[in-house]
Amino acid sequence: MIVREKFQYDLHTLRQKLLKIGHLTETALREALEALQTKNVDQALAMIERDSDIDVLEEEINDFAILLIAKQQPVAIDLRRIIVAIKIATDIERIADFAVNIAKASIRIGDQPFLINVEKLVRMHHIALEMVSLGLKSYYEEDVALARQLAEMDDEVDHLYGQMMKELLQMTQTSKEALSQMTQLSLVARYIERIADHATNLAEHVFYLVKGRHYTLND
Amino acid sequence: MELTVIKEKVEPQKIVEVGTEKAVVYRTNQLNLWYGEHHALKEINLDIYENEVMAIIGPSGCGKSTYIKTLNRMIELVPNVRTSGEITYRGRNIFDPSYRVEELRTQVGMVFQKPNPFPKSIYDNVAYGPRIHGIRDKKILDEIVEKSLRGAAIWDEVKDRLHDHAYGLSGGQQQRLCIARCLAIEPDVILMDEPTSALDPISTLKIEELVQELKKRYSIIIVTHNMQQAARISDKTAFFLNGEVIECSDTDQLFSNPADKRTEDYITGRFG
Repeated sequence: MIVREKFQYDLHTLRQKLLKIGHLTETALREALEALQTKNVDQALAMIERDSDIDVLEEEINDFAILLIAKQQPVAIDLRRIIVAIKIATDIERIADFAVNIAKASIRIGDQPFLINVEKLVRMHHIALEMVSLGLKSYYEEDVALARQLAEMDDEVDHLYGQMMKELLQMTQTSKEALSQMTQLSLVARYIERIADHATNLAEHVFYLVKGRHYTLND
Repeated sequence: MELTVIKEKVEPQKIVEVGTEKAVVYRTNQLNLWYGEHHALKEINLDIYENEVMAIIGPSGCGKSTYIKTLNRMIELVPNVRTSGEITYRGRNIFDPSYRVEELRTQVGMVFQKPNPFPKSIYDNVAYGPRIHGIRDKKILDEIVEKSLRGAAIWDEVKDRLHDHAYGLSGGQQQRLCIARCLAIEPDVILMDEPTSALDPISTLKIEELVQELKKRYSIIIVTHNMQQAARISDKTAFFLNGEVIECSDTDQLFSNPADKRTEDYITGRFG
């Protein structure tokens, strides 16, 4: 006989809320890059505006999780499901903040043409976005095999970040005028690198959720 | 590119000084028990350590009360009971014909689900055991009564009415009186069979606090239906199901990451 149906339903609701915050954040990330590539300040501003929805949802997830702990006194896998939901919501919210930072950087760059090839940056961004999607998917499906892939992708982002920073640094030495744009682009590179780190955290949370022990991805 | 490393975090190793390992009080070795044809306990192997609280959890009819009643041989009062295997208490087989049950029960006290004070005064309830053991000296009895009532955290509530009838106490106080009565014979082990299931939440918490205090001097085995209680107060937890021990491990481990799926299903309320 299955008991505690209401509790199982509540856990399902919690997952749905994470699905929603994850979806909003993926959209924000996509828009941030698009605004940067197309120099679309309006799009960047609109995206920044919508970040408050994500903040509200994160608080909602935390409150809901705390109530579940207080009322249901969960243990073992159920407790891990709730704790991991809180942690994932925190990482996702942070990722959304980095998306906002990218949008802000794109506003600062304005309509000035890029003085450097941003292909590597775009590639980094694609990988980071893919990591976020994969991290969320591994959470929904409680699949550590998926989570495992994130570690390798994070290495790739780190590698590209190193190359990108080298190129940006060289550029600042050749042209004083480029300094402002190079600063903004290096910040964007840094934000993307951080997004990938937070996505890796998602994978670590999934490992903890499934295995009940702490794992380090890419120490 | 760096190699991807996925590794489990290494837990810092626990340092156990030689000679500080806890002594085994009760060792149960391949215990089987039948009520007539009904096989109630199956191949039970369990060690119970000194100064620890062992909680026994499991759904109704899983054998947990049968097990605890076997530890002080109370089970022998049930007709048609048959056992095989061995339980040693401090190294001595309790089923050995030369082992007098009275001797065992002086070492092993028991507290029951429903408080069961004798229809006597508070004082006489506690002094009952020592008197049976031949203590007559009023001064010594006074000392034992006070010490036991203090030990059961009820002294301050009853010290001015020691000669009142025990039935005048509340349920929670009666239960602590029964614990005091149990302490008066200076046992080594205290068995508790759902000691708080008839008590209100505050009295329950008082007993739980008391158990933490008592384990410094005694070994405690507690059967409980309240899983949160087991999680709060015990050092080790054994999960019984259909007469078998499914899992026995450190309470922290059992309630955070149980090894067996059936334990997980039970403690998370998926059946029971």
